Amino acid sequence: MLNYLWGAMIIIGIVYGAFNGTMTDITAAALDSAKEAVELCITMVGIMGVWVGLMQIAQVSGIITSATNKIKPFVDFMFPNIPKGHKAREYITTNIIANILGLGWAATPAGLMAMEHLSELNHNKDTASIEMCTFLIINMSSLQLIPINVIAYRSQYGSVNPAIITAPAIVATLISTIFGIIFAKIMAVKHR
Amino acid sequence: MSILIFLSNFIMPLMIFYIVGFGLLMKKNIYDEFIKGAADGFKTVISIMPTLIGLMMGVGILRASGFLDFISKMIGRVTNLIHFPSALVPLSIVRLFSSSAATGLALDLYKEYGTDSHIGLTASIMMGCTETVFYTMSIYFMAAKVTKTRWTLAGALLSNIAGIVASVILAGMM
Repeated sequence: MLNYLWGAMIIIGIVYGAFNGTMTDITAAALDSAKEAVELCITMVGIMGVWVGLMQIAQVSGIITSATNKIKPFVDFMFPNIPKGHKAREYITTNIIANILGLGWAATPAGLMAMEHLSELNHNKDTASIEMCTFLIINMSSLQLIPINVIAYRSQYGSVNPAIITAPAIVATLISTIFGIIFAKIMAVKHR
Repeated sequence: MSILIFLSNFIMPLMIFYIVGFGLLMKKNIYDEFIKGAADGFKTVISIMPTLIGLMMGVGILRASGFLDFISKMIGRVTNLIHFPSALVPLSIVRLFSSSAATGLALDLYKEYGTDSHIGLTASIMMGCTETVFYTMSIYFMAAKVTKTRWTLAGALLSNIAGIVASVILAGMM
């Protein structure tokens, strides 16, 4: 995916620039952006350090485990057809909680394991099961509550109040997730 | 809306207070654990640094050439009819394919319009409530060896569009 996306950005940019008379700007942009990326990472190292550090404390003191228990009723409601105690259920729960807390690197492996276990329950192997559709729609509706990376970017680019978007982002995330849940539920009921 | 802004200022401090307080209460080595986590966070950022260099260079070239403005103006003729800011069109589309490429575009918007402008705020909220649909779908379905994806894409696009609309409206209220 990125081969084409990244390649297209550069090829289109340079060809368009050649006709548009912006070649000198392009040279400057290519060099400046690389420098900017490094500067941005320095800000990010600090903020991500704080975030992951806090999450580590939450992990060892049991906050994440208790959060996982709290969303179990929701998982039961969304996936009534996965047998109780099945591995898929566990991985789905872990994936959702990791996504909510913005732990992307923990969310993806759990999510992939959930898909493999859902595949065991799937009779028609090459076709997505209802549970797979529901799980992925919830997953892709964006669950991360506090967009810590966006706050870091905003702080690097001179925002007066980088965290001001936190509550509106939570509201927007809830809205997108609710739309996803309703759609997934309607489709699941229709295809039962 | 002022309640939301008020909450925004309280969420982080309260969360930090809760996590640190709870850790103390549970008698955990909170300081050592924090340092350990911070080291992990450090490594994560360093590992995405090359990607960020590559993509910010790509977006930088595209912006400097004038192509981004050109395409925004073209699509903007349509999106203006529904009051969607044309500058946000490239971000909305690229976000579905690549998170890091979208980050590059969002940072570009911060530079062009300012982080606290209407466009900067909308882009910020949008980045927080949308997901890389095509990328996520392809890796997850590959893991399950599924080729017929049924209504997954429709559902994911619907929820992402709902998120984008909510972002524009919420930013407009700020």
